Amino acid sequence: MTTTTGLHPTRRLILQGAASVALIGLGNLPFAAGPARAAANDKYPEEAFKQKNEADAIKALYGKTAEPSDKVKLDAPEIAENGGVVPVSVTTTLDKVTSISFLVAENPFALAASYKFADGTVPAVANRLKMAKSTKLVAIVEADGKLYSAAKDVKVTVGGCGG
Amino acid sequence: MASSIRVRATSNGDITEVQALIQHPMDTGLVKNPAGELIPAHYIQQLKFEWNGKDVFVADWGTAVSKDPYVKFSFKGAKKGDELKISWTDNKGGSDTTTAKIA
Repeated sequence: MTTTTGLHPTRRLILQGAASVALIGLGNLPFAAGPARAAANDKYPEEAFKQKNEADAIKALYGKTAEPSDKVKLDAPEIAENGGVVPVSVTTTLDKVTSISFLVAENPFALAASYKFADGTVPAVANRLKMAKSTKLVAIVEADGKLYSAAKDVKVTVGGCGG
Repeated sequence: MASSIRVRATSNGDITEVQALIQHPMDTGLVKNPAGELIPAHYIQQLKFEWNGKDVFVADWGTAVSKDPYVKFSFKGAKKGDELKISWTDNKGGSDTTTAKIA
């Protein structure tokens, strides 16, 4: 009797241990593969999307800081009546563009969208973003390994978080 | 079920302009329903456009992309009649794929 009842907790513990080791293994795998796959440009930047302010998000996404450039043209309305749908776009005259990102400074999570460009893809993108309230909007362009930015203030009359 | 992806890809000589509209709730996880319960986050994380066996344009999205997302971009090299493959995956493991002929 004592042997069987005594066995069960141990066995469960061992199984739990094995399961958590397996989980940890799975959890770690994408991170370990991160740097290698970053070159292939196809991994979803989970951490960057979790950052609350724009500087942390830029650092998490690119690992460096951006300098303002008049070669990055950010187009957004001065006043957005509906913060749930704000049309914004970026064009740039910079060469060798590999990525363009949008950050909404006052949103709960700053990074809104990040686009990767292949050779031969025109360095311009238009999309629609949510803005919680009046905010600074930042566009980042990665060109030839360097980061360039442009910013614009957008006044939001009805926030995009009320559903 | 009809595809969640609507794409228009038009060639204008060397450059192909692509516009895509996807039906998706893009829930942030921060909004409550009328009963006061949080609506769980449900949003597209990655959207890819593939032409000629390579990704010409990849979008990584967070929750701040508007409901029923829209995106527009252009790329070089394709010609009329070529196929463009579009696919997305969301944070709940959902996905959809479609192909569009460049007109």
